[in-house]
Amino acid sequence: MNTIVIELLVNNHPGVMSHITGLIMRRACNIEGILCGTVGDGNTSRIYLLMKDDWRIPRIVRQLKNLYDVIEVVPRDDCDTAVFDRIPELIGTGVISPV
Amino acid sequence: MKMTGAELITRLLERQGINKIIGIPGSSNLPLYSALAESAISYVLARHEQGAGFIAQGIARSTGRPAVCFTTSGPGATNAITAIADAKLDSVPIIVITGQVATGMMGTDAFQEVDTYGLTIPITKHNFLVRTPDELLKIIPEAFTLAMSGRPGPVVIDIPRDVQTSMVEFDMYPAPGEKNNGTHPDMDRLERIAQKINSSRKPILYIGGGIISSDTCAGLYALSKRNSIPVTSSLMGLGAFPSDNPLFSGMLGMHGARYTNYILDEADLLVALGVRFDDRATGKAMEFAPNASVIHIDIDQAEIDKIRETDLNLIGDLRHSIKELVHLVEENRREDWMGYIASMKKEFPYPEPQSDSLFHPVNLLRAIHSRADKKSIVTTDVGQHQMWTAQYYPFNHPRTLLTSGGLGTMGFGLPTAIGAAIANPDRRIICISGDGSFLMNIQELATLKDLEPDLTVFIMNNNSLGLVRQQQELFFGKKYVSSLFGSNPDFAGIAEKFGIRGINLELENDPMRAIERSLGETGPCVVNVPVSLDDNVFPMVPPGSANREMIG
Repeated sequence: MNTIVIELLVNNHPGVMSHITGLIMRRACNIEGILCGTVGDGNTSRIYLLMKDDWRIPRIVRQLKNLYDVIEVVPRDDCDTAVFDRIPELIGTGVISPV
Repeated sequence: MKMTGAELITRLLERQGINKIIGIPGSSNLPLYSALAESAISYVLARHEQGAGFIAQGIARSTGRPAVCFTTSGPGATNAITAIADAKLDSVPIIVITGQVATGMMGTDAFQEVDTYGLTIPITKHNFLVRTPDELLKIIPEAFTLAMSGRPGPVVIDIPRDVQTSMVEFDMYPAPGEKNNGTHPDMDRLERIAQKINSSRKPILYIGGGIISSDTCAGLYALSKRNSIPVTSSLMGLGAFPSDNPLFSGMLGMHGARYTNYILDEADLLVALGVRFDDRATGKAMEFAPNASVIHIDIDQAEIDKIRETDLNLIGDLRHSIKELVHLVEENRREDWMGYIASMKKEFPYPEPQSDSLFHPVNLLRAIHSRADKKSIVTTDVGQHQMWTAQYYPFNHPRTLLTSGGLGTMGFGLPTAIGAAIANPDRRIICISGDGSFLMNIQELATLKDLEPDLTVFIMNNNSLGLVRQQQELFFGKKYVSSLFGSNPDFAGIAEKFGIRGINLELENDPMRAIERSLGETGPCVVNVPVSLDDNVFPMVPPGSANREMIG
């Protein structure tokens, strides 16, 4: 699978994640991985979305740019996405066993 | 200063220049309504929140300025959703302020609680949930800025009851929200666009609602005239260019004229201005204007390359870019191309009605147009009558046709007409409707009676969902499942019972005179016009086909 990471800088308040994931979901795209954390004083957050790279990505990036709480969006194909596979290891092994 | 959240909201709305609020009170927005009693803002009580939303749209669509409506929580908010979604698809600036249960109750399935914020994410330009009254100082002006700026659209502000009732203290009012559009187009790009137009042989303009919302009609006229570029329009662009001008080349798309769709097939350059390449306009997108390079100018960067790859594009306010572009294109009379356009117009016009009866929809529309004041504003509902209106009623000025283009909402016509009447008390408002559509917001006849504006409704009554029936005839083997009404009320009689003049045109000795009276006498009037079930809207491009494949 060809993947791409969409990096976003967003305002950090309730509802922002819902706007972003909702926009992607409505275009029938799946998000393969999400990493998110606050930046600096906590007014903004950085989000990394791991997505399948296809023709819809440029369109989604343009539509993400239109969201009020999105400050910047950059699609990146230069990322080491291995971190998305290591989340349990980095955070502490998951307690829910995969089905 | 110290006041309640509700008082602050009304003060901020006053400062935005709002003088009328459309809506319906309920438990969760009563504090807000109570504050209106102390305000200069007057209210219009609609009879359903969808009606309230469309009345607000009627104000916004006819003036270009944001209009505000109030609903309560729960069903009040869900009822408004269709009108909000409609405003999103047609880029209409309305601000919907919904009451919400108190913050402490949110998330408990409280009485009349619904997740208004979550529900309205995909159908608004942006939405806010206000958590503390001091946030209102930022959010209310911001909502207006957002609704007006860039590509306009609806904004929802969900305000819990306790935010309305608690006190807020502040030093000074924030500045009112203002429209904020960039003013400096990229001149390099504009020059390249002008070169492309200058070197083309068969350029064509494809214009839409963006021309009207950006107030670019004069610039468009100058551009088209100077370089002799024929103008085709989407449904939303009708009125932006005078329909009787030789350069006007009709409405394109599913129910466009044959000549319009043929000309687009012939063009070598498509200049798309304030449009979004909607499927009803383009038909099968891959085969739309197949021989043309594409230039697209729009204020919404997300529309560029969405449906059709452009050869050149420019993101920005059309008004400024067209103003510059006019000076960059050469004067050109394009005699061959204009000759071709004129001959195509002559050879492939809209079909003429087979009968001269006034009860034929096309003749009826021509009669209404001939008797109506030229400053009248026309609203439509959705269906056959809407397409006939778009095809045969000449629109020569912006904001004189208000129609639900993107969402295609039946029930749009009456409340939107009421809104247009509120904002334009000196003009006649004409609502062209169908019997199916009219029933969908018929309760607003009560609001109409409250206000008694000069508003005439014509119901083209064929006892069916006509455009559905037409599609079943053409594409579903004439299986008329659920499109023919088993019964229909007496619409003129219903109007009379609401206290509004009702006319049944078939019972009139002089129907033409009756139409004249309905448009001339002060106050509202509902005219029921029986039309044949067999009249179809032609031409028609089968859904999913290329525009050249027209039936009829």
